[in-house]
Amino acid sequence: MTVLFTVLSLSVLATILAAIVVLADNRLNNYGICTIDINDGARSLQVNGGSSLLSSLASQKVFIPSACGGKATCGLCKVTLVESAGPVLPTEEPYISEEEREAGVRLSCQVKVKHDLKIRIPEELFNIKQYRTRVSEIKPLTHDIKQFRFELLEPQTIDFKAGQYVQVDSKPYDKVKESVSRAYSISSVPSDRNHIELIIRLVPGGICTTFLHQHLKEGDEITFAGPFGQFYLHEGGDELIFIAGGSGLAPIRSLVLDILEKNLDKKMKFFFGAVRKRDLYYVDFFRDLEKRYENFQYIPALSGATPEDEWDGEEGLITDVVARHVPDAVNRQAYLCGSPGMINACVQVLTKIGFGRDAIFFDEF
Amino acid sequence: MGSAPAISPVVIFLASIFSSNMVLSNFLGMCSFISVSSEYKTASGLGKAVALVMVFTTVINWLIYHYVMIPLGLDYLRYLIFIIVIAATVQIIEMVMDRYLSDLHMKLGIFLPLITVNCAILGISLFMVIRSYGFVQTLLFGFGSGLGWWLAIAALAAIREKMAGNQLPRGLEGPAITFIITGIMALAFVGFSGIFVVM
Repeated sequence: MTVLFTVLSLSVLATILAAIVVLADNRLNNYGICTIDINDGARSLQVNGGSSLLSSLASQKVFIPSACGGKATCGLCKVTLVESAGPVLPTEEPYISEEEREAGVRLSCQVKVKHDLKIRIPEELFNIKQYRTRVSEIKPLTHDIKQFRFELLEPQTIDFKAGQYVQVDSKPYDKVKESVSRAYSISSVPSDRNHIELIIRLVPGGICTTFLHQHLKEGDEITFAGPFGQFYLHEGGDELIFIAGGSGLAPIRSLVLDILEKNLDKKMKFFFGAVRKRDLYYVDFFRDLEKRYENFQYIPALSGATPEDEWDGEEGLITDVVARHVPDAVNRQAYLCGSPGMINACVQVLTKIGFGRDAIFFDEF
Repeated sequence: MGSAPAISPVVIFLASIFSSNMVLSNFLGMCSFISVSSEYKTASGLGKAVALVMVFTTVINWLIYHYVMIPLGLDYLRYLIFIIVIAATVQIIEMVMDRYLSDLHMKLGIFLPLITVNCAILGISLFMVIRSYGFVQTLLFGFGSGLGWWLAIAALAAIREKMAGNQLPRGLEGPAITFIITGIMALAFVGFSGIFVVM
C-alpha cells in the first residue's frame, strides 16, 4: 500500500511539474513567426521563433554544414549576422576568431531565433539540399572498404563539383537508438547527375560506417544532404599531384574522371598509399586510364609489402615515394585526402619540396 | 509544522555566509567549486547563478515540503522530490531569464543546467528540513548560503588567477593545489565561527 502510494504521489508530482515546464515552454519560449532574411533579400524565410538558427534554417531546407548536430563542438555552422543578435556565447568562443567576432560571425547552433534576423551565408549553401535515395549497388572493394551506389529519388538530380562531400544520415539499428550524419566524399563523376557513389571504410565501432556496412542493403532508401566542401579543382597549376590513402581515393577518383572527361589541359600524378596488396583497390581501373590518357600517371605504393604480396611496384611510406617523383613545386598543385596523420606528413614533405600553403588542398577524414 | 528554532533570521543569514559557509565548512558543491574556479569572471558568474537558484529552490521546496509533503505524509521522499523540484525550477528560471532578462541570460545561462546537479543546492533544502526552519529563516538561509558560495568561489578564483603564473611542483598542479588553497581558506573561515553559531 505504501509502495503504491509512494509511486503514485511521485508520479503525480512529476507530472504536475512536467506540465508546468511544458506550459512555461509554450508561453515563454514562443516568439511567434520570425523572418530570416538571407544575403540581403536573396531569400526570406518565415520560421517559428524559439529554436536555434541552425535548426530553423534546416526546417526550411537551408542546410548549414554541421558535423556535431548543434552541440557547439565542431565549429562548422558559422553564419554572419548582419545585425547583432547578442554577444558571442562562451560556448562559441573557441571557434570564433577576433576578426570573425568583429564581422558578426556566430555559430548558428548557438543563436536562438527570437526576433527577425538578417544573415549572410556563402552562396553555394543554397545549392545544398536533402536527397532521398535508393541504394542501387553495394560492392566490396577490399576486406574493409565498400563502394555504395545511390540512385537519387527526390530530387532526382544533383549538381556538385568533383571532390565535394555529402552527409549521409544513418538509421537506428541494434542498440543504437539515434540517427547520426557523417561526411563522405563522392567518388563518381558530376556528369552522372542522378547517381552518386561513395567509398566507405568500416571504422571499428563507428556508428555510421557499421550501419552502412552491416545493416544497409541494396534497395533500401536512405537520405543525405549535400554537396559540401571546398576540396574541388582550384585555379592554377599545370600539373596536379594527387595523394590518397584508404577511402581517401574517393574524391580523387571523381576529380581525375572529371578532368579527363572535360579534356582539361592538366598533367596528373596520382599517388595511392597502402600497407599491403590486399588494401589496394581500383588498380586495374587506374592502370587502364593510364594506358588511355598520356597526361595521367598512377603510382600505387605499399609500405608493408610481404614476399607473398609479390609486389614489384613502389615501396615505402607514401611521403618518400612522393619525394622521389616530385622534383619541385613549379606550376604544381597538390590535392590530399586521407587520415590526418597522412595529411600532416604529406604537407610537411610538400612544404620541403617548395609547395606554398596556397598550392596544397585537403579534406581531413 | 514543527516549531522553528528561535534564531534570528539575520543571524542565520550572516552565519550561512561566513561561519557555516556551504563550501568551506560543509564541503558541498565541491565539483563545480574546483573545476570552474580558474578564472575570476566565470567563477563569479557561476556564483551569482548558484545564489539565484538557491533562493528560488529553497523557498519553493519549503512550500512544497510544508504544504504538500507533510500533509500527505511523504516526508521520506524528500530527496527525490527536492531533486525533481530543483530540476524543474532551474528549467523555468532559465526560460524566464531568456525571455525577459536577455543580458543576464547571456552571462549566466550556460551555468544554469550545471547547477541542477550541484549538491550544495540539494544540501540547502535538506538542511532547512533537518533544522526545521520557518519561512523567513529559510528565505534568508537560502540567500545567505548562495552569497557564501559565491564569495567562496570568487575568492578562490581570484587566488588562483593571482598565482597562475607561478611555478608549482608537477604533482601539485591543478586540482591538488586548489584543494590546499580551499583548506587554508576553510581554516580562515573557522575564525568566524565564534561569532555566529547555527549548527
